[in-house]
Amino acid sequence: MHELSITQSIVDAIVERMGDRRISAVRIEIGALSGVVADSVRFCFEIVAEETTLAGARLDIDEPPGLGRCRCCATEFEVADPILLCPDCGSADVLVLAGRDLRIKSVEVTSACAPPVGAPTTAERG
Amino acid sequence: MCATCGCSDDGGARVIDPSRDHEHNHNHEHGEAQLHDPSGEHHEHDPGAGRDRADADRTVLLEQRVLAHNDSIAARNRTWLGDLDILAVNLMSSPGSGKTTLLERTIRALGGESPVSVIEGDQETVFDAERIRATGCRVVQVNTGAGCHLDAAMLDRALRALDPPASSTVFVENVGNLVCPALFDLGEALRVVIMSVTEGADKPLKYPHMFRAADLVLLNKIDLLPYLDFDVDAFRAYLGQVNQEAELLQLSATRGDGAEDWYAWLRARAGSLV
Repeated sequence: MHELSITQSIVDAIVERMGDRRISAVRIEIGALSGVVADSVRFCFEIVAEETTLAGARLDIDEPPGLGRCRCCATEFEVADPILLCPDCGSADVLVLAGRDLRIKSVEVTSACAPPVGAPTTAERG
Repeated sequence: MCATCGCSDDGGARVIDPSRDHEHNHNHEHGEAQLHDPSGEHHEHDPGAGRDRADADRTVLLEQRVLAHNDSIAARNRTWLGDLDILAVNLMSSPGSGKTTLLERTIRALGGESPVSVIEGDQETVFDAERIRATGCRVVQVNTGAGCHLDAAMLDRALRALDPPASSTVFVENVGNLVCPALFDLGEALRVVIMSVTEGADKPLKYPHMFRAADLVLLNKIDLLPYLDFDVDAFRAYLGQVNQEAELLQLSATRGDGAEDWYAWLRARAGSLV
């Protein structure tokens, strides 16, 4: 279950980059060949984000397909799983062009600073 | 968490040196393994940010690799190891494939040629470290607790505790798991996946990420082949489907068949082994 530590890395990296700004949404990219299961990251995210500036944030996951190029016949094709076979010539000598990435794309921040947990709130000035 | 003896109750990874008396007198210095943030990025608060849009969200592009932090520590480990001419070999496999037995044999065969030391990774216990220590080899144990793999920060701490000599070989026995360790660069020079013939020839297709990560695949327990219907040619073909570059060697870590090929493979890559 490496998705738990992957998710922890995502939350840690965002907290590090964004400081105490409150995060309302996170967009990440999990390539089809990255070895990470998007549903497992979704499962872990809520738990890991709890009691951080990401608590309650929406998680959007882009899952770009894998793209390969056959080194024998130069055919480019979409790769659905990590077993790489050229659909044209059947060669397994395939260069992966895309689909391995695991990236934090962007976050949405609420521009007001997040108050410390439990801090008293005051009515907004009109 | 004490980085030297690993005393901890927090459920995190612990680095244990079995050669030391594990009393908690803590006379060594603490804090030495605190990891410096390598990203070097600053988080200046933007005081003017959206002041007149207090409730409006805005998007901040980060475009950052998720494993950037791990990979930067791994790069630092790799530089440190390279500067000292230390060959680090990451051994990965499912539990029970024979990693520790192979290491015991390898240490006995090569330990006389140049210094060899070992970092053992397991969720719990120092059993494997004790087996390695019995060969006379320097060893530290990393217990990952709930963790299912070693990461670069754990290797960093383990290397500090191990303190391997220059021009030597460090074997890293990863946590027995054919899935998770494949994703985490430790800073090693070589990745060796061990697979035993009792596991089934289709494992490269079932666990493609692990077999794709390998520089070398060792097919272990070949002394059992007469009693199994393991198809070596099929295994070789499946491996080729996920990794065209990896070499495949066959051996028996308990009996020693094929072990010389493994030693020759190591010698060809370690300047310190002759």
